[in-house]
Amino acid sequence: MAGENGNNYTQFKSDQSVRWCPGCGDHAILNSVQKVMAELGYKNEEVAVISGIGCSSRFPYYMDTYGFHTIHGRASSIASGVKVANPKLKVWQITGDGDALAIGGNHFIHTIRRNVDINVILFNNQIYGLTKGQYSPTSKRGFISKTSPFGTIEYPFRPGELCIGARGQFFARSIDKELKLTVEVLKEAAQHEGTSIVEMLQNCVIYNDKTHNAITDKEHREDRTIILRHGEPMIFGKNKDKGLILDGMTLKVVTIGENGITKDDILVHDAHCDDISLHLKLADMEYPNYPVALGVIRSVDGLVYDQCMEDQLADVQAKSKVKSFKDLVHSGQVWEVK
Amino acid sequence: MGKRSKVIEREEVVVRFSGDSGDGMQLTGTLFSYTSAIFGNDISTFPDFPAEIRAPQGTVGGVSGFQVHFGHSEVYTPGDYADVLVAMNPAALKANAKWMKPGGTIIMDVDSFDEKHLKKAGYKTNDPLMEDKLGDYHIVKAPLTTLTKESLKDMGLDNKSILRSKNMFALGLVYWVFDRPLDHTEEFIRKKFAKKPAVVKANLKVLEDGYNYGNNIQATTPSYHINPAEIKKGSYRNLNGNIATAWGFLAASEKSGLPLFLGSYPITPATEILQELSARKDLGVKVFQAEDEIAGICTSIGASFTGSLAITSTSGPGLALKGEAIGLAVIAELPLVVVDVQRGGPSTGLPTKTEQSDLMQALYGRNGESPLVVVASSSPTNCFDYAYYAAKIAVEHMTPVILLSDGFLANGTQPWRIPELSEFPDIVPPVVDKNDKDWAPYKRDEERLNRYWACPGTEGFEHRIGGLEKDYVTGDVSHDSLNHERMTDIREKKVQKVADYIPELEVLGDEDAEVLMVGWGGTYGHLYTALEELLAEGHKVALAHFNYIKPLPKNSYDVLKKFKKRVVCELNLGQFASYLRMNFPDLEYSQFNKVQGLPFTVVELKEHIKSLLEEC
Repeated sequence: MAGENGNNYTQFKSDQSVRWCPGCGDHAILNSVQKVMAELGYKNEEVAVISGIGCSSRFPYYMDTYGFHTIHGRASSIASGVKVANPKLKVWQITGDGDALAIGGNHFIHTIRRNVDINVILFNNQIYGLTKGQYSPTSKRGFISKTSPFGTIEYPFRPGELCIGARGQFFARSIDKELKLTVEVLKEAAQHEGTSIVEMLQNCVIYNDKTHNAITDKEHREDRTIILRHGEPMIFGKNKDKGLILDGMTLKVVTIGENGITKDDILVHDAHCDDISLHLKLADMEYPNYPVALGVIRSVDGLVYDQCMEDQLADVQAKSKVKSFKDLVHSGQVWEVK
Repeated sequence: MGKRSKVIEREEVVVRFSGDSGDGMQLTGTLFSYTSAIFGNDISTFPDFPAEIRAPQGTVGGVSGFQVHFGHSEVYTPGDYADVLVAMNPAALKANAKWMKPGGTIIMDVDSFDEKHLKKAGYKTNDPLMEDKLGDYHIVKAPLTTLTKESLKDMGLDNKSILRSKNMFALGLVYWVFDRPLDHTEEFIRKKFAKKPAVVKANLKVLEDGYNYGNNIQATTPSYHINPAEIKKGSYRNLNGNIATAWGFLAASEKSGLPLFLGSYPITPATEILQELSARKDLGVKVFQAEDEIAGICTSIGASFTGSLAITSTSGPGLALKGEAIGLAVIAELPLVVVDVQRGGPSTGLPTKTEQSDLMQALYGRNGESPLVVVASSSPTNCFDYAYYAAKIAVEHMTPVILLSDGFLANGTQPWRIPELSEFPDIVPPVVDKNDKDWAPYKRDEERLNRYWACPGTEGFEHRIGGLEKDYVTGDVSHDSLNHERMTDIREKKVQKVADYIPELEVLGDEDAEVLMVGWGGTYGHLYTALEELLAEGHKVALAHFNYIKPLPKNSYDVLKKFKKRVVCELNLGQFASYLRMNFPDLEYSQFNKVQGLPFTVVELKEHIKSLLEEC
């Protein structure tokens, strides 16, 4: 499994034994991340993996890089500090649906808004696993859990909608066990400059087993998901005969060959389009009305916070007469006592 | 210039400029302070502005004041009571009447003392001086508005601009009262309005006319004479506590070679630190204005992880929000300075007023055994020094430090002798030795007990830290019970070790005093002034003032024990007294507390100490 630069994914494995439950989707995501880093030729020392609290947030311990397992909800703030202080680092943030969207919701949206160059992997299992089974901000409405024994009475967040609503420039989605797609998506996320959010549909075998099964189950996956790739038509299904078209303002699933629909009628995915309206519709598609969108839904270039900070510093420093502490304290209203 | 009729000789004097929020009193006061400082007086100033940005005009709630205390000898406070009050309207008179020294001088703009304004200010009659029992004062009834209008009538300015210059007329008059030159203020006006020659001309004229008006009415107006002070040679500038704090960090950054990072969120009265460092991009400061207090500290912790000198600044409510993250810095053993500019609490409390009530929060306001260093500044200008030393301790001992300032220090100004960086000790970050074969994330320096700083980017030192308890050496997650106890102990011990690196506690005053005044932080100026005056009156008193709170200076117990009576004076209900009782339980402490959102007055301190002396 050598990468392009002679890197091997095993170089990113730490000496710690992985302590997630057997069968947990996290294992596959860890493997994917290590593979991506090897393939991109990362050096171990230039990587900082920052996490908050939750099952997924143990992730940094399993990476032989710099890592910081921080406090609940604050990973994106700490990751922002790391990246802004040292923009040369490759900063990855590992978070879950509780960590990022409940307690850390404020930091999540503001990090996205600023567009700090961080790669965020959002493990979405729609449950609080580490505290043993309470509903989360992404649990489906009516979900029964230890803290919602009669079903939740809340609407869940849709992470893609939240991300794009916060002016997100990059949003992608994959499934934990889809290694190949995950690697493809994470690589794009890593190469994107600015905040990238990758929502991983992740299975919690203990507290919310099969929550994504309606779409991730092998038997139905091809009919109930669509993999979006920039420049390719939005076609899906076992027989590659289904597609998406715009009917007025609404997305519509059609079958090629029926009702006069041809391949040419099918929408072609433009991930780089600045306008958010179609990206929002694609990110929001839910089974059973639509296939769930996988792959890179939105990837737009924009101004990156940490780079702008460097540019502004250089700009001001070039113009200012104040070059040192001494210059500063002697500037302005100073008088001499002799 | 004619002969002055009534000249009052003074060692020191307190002047208060007071008017509506829009009357320009802060600028007037600042300009007067500069002139006095340049003249050679020692000065101390304090602005007093309303919490509301635009409080209703003409009401007591909307009064904005600026107090200047200057003297022939050193001054340590902005003064309790004013010798001279400039009242631009009835509300200003009303708000300050009780803060006047008996027999002082009141300059009032009689034009604004009409029925409407008197009523707004809450006066019931048309004779405010009688109502406020100000009969025995020198009253200078100057029609400032009319005179300003007259002065500028041929300048072609609109009415609004004319009225806006009223403060310069008042300032000119006050310069006459104190026999101060106008040139510094004239230079300021020329620079400030360089692009508006008409405004320069108007302001210069009105300032001079104000001065000449004083000359013309000298028969009825007292003037004051205060000689310059003996001041140490050097370059000086005025500095308030917030700017001094920000500059202390700049100095520490340059001296240590560490890039400076501030993650912060605006909060009164700490915001100016964030603003000042935001303006210092020329010195390479990275400032991250976060979405909230928590993100402010967390970005700083991230920056500290990468090897920056990391700071977060806040006030009490923000410190409460940062508590959990401070705990992370404690367990991760990362350097961090948390500045708390204290204000009246609890909750939103009194945002613009001063208090010392966050001491316990700073010491203990976190979950778990969470020791850190607590340092307190004690004058506007020594905020610079303690910011520097807080940064030095944080970095060299790999620990968070809470630096306590307060609203009084933050906004108060003093002349600051500009130091050379060489006057300050080096700051040597314990960066990991790249040749250290035995390095482990929690391997410690044997002396200081700090772990080493291995920053991302350093090849071969990849490691993971975090909020979970760590193994004593490897830093791997450990739930072992004995290891937890060992780590808890060493974190405390590491903080206590700092005592070996800080100065001993000094006793000021009489070594054989009957009463030892004990203080900490921002009350120093008032306590010291009370001490000096009591000593001059022949009383046997002394003062021990603390800047290092945790750990306490090593000789603290010996100092405290020496005296028969100890009185802990602080602006809270007795937090430092409780802390001393906890540390040195065999000693007895009496308390003198005040929780009015105001500094002590020297007068009330002296009265209390005298009552204690009588009991001796």
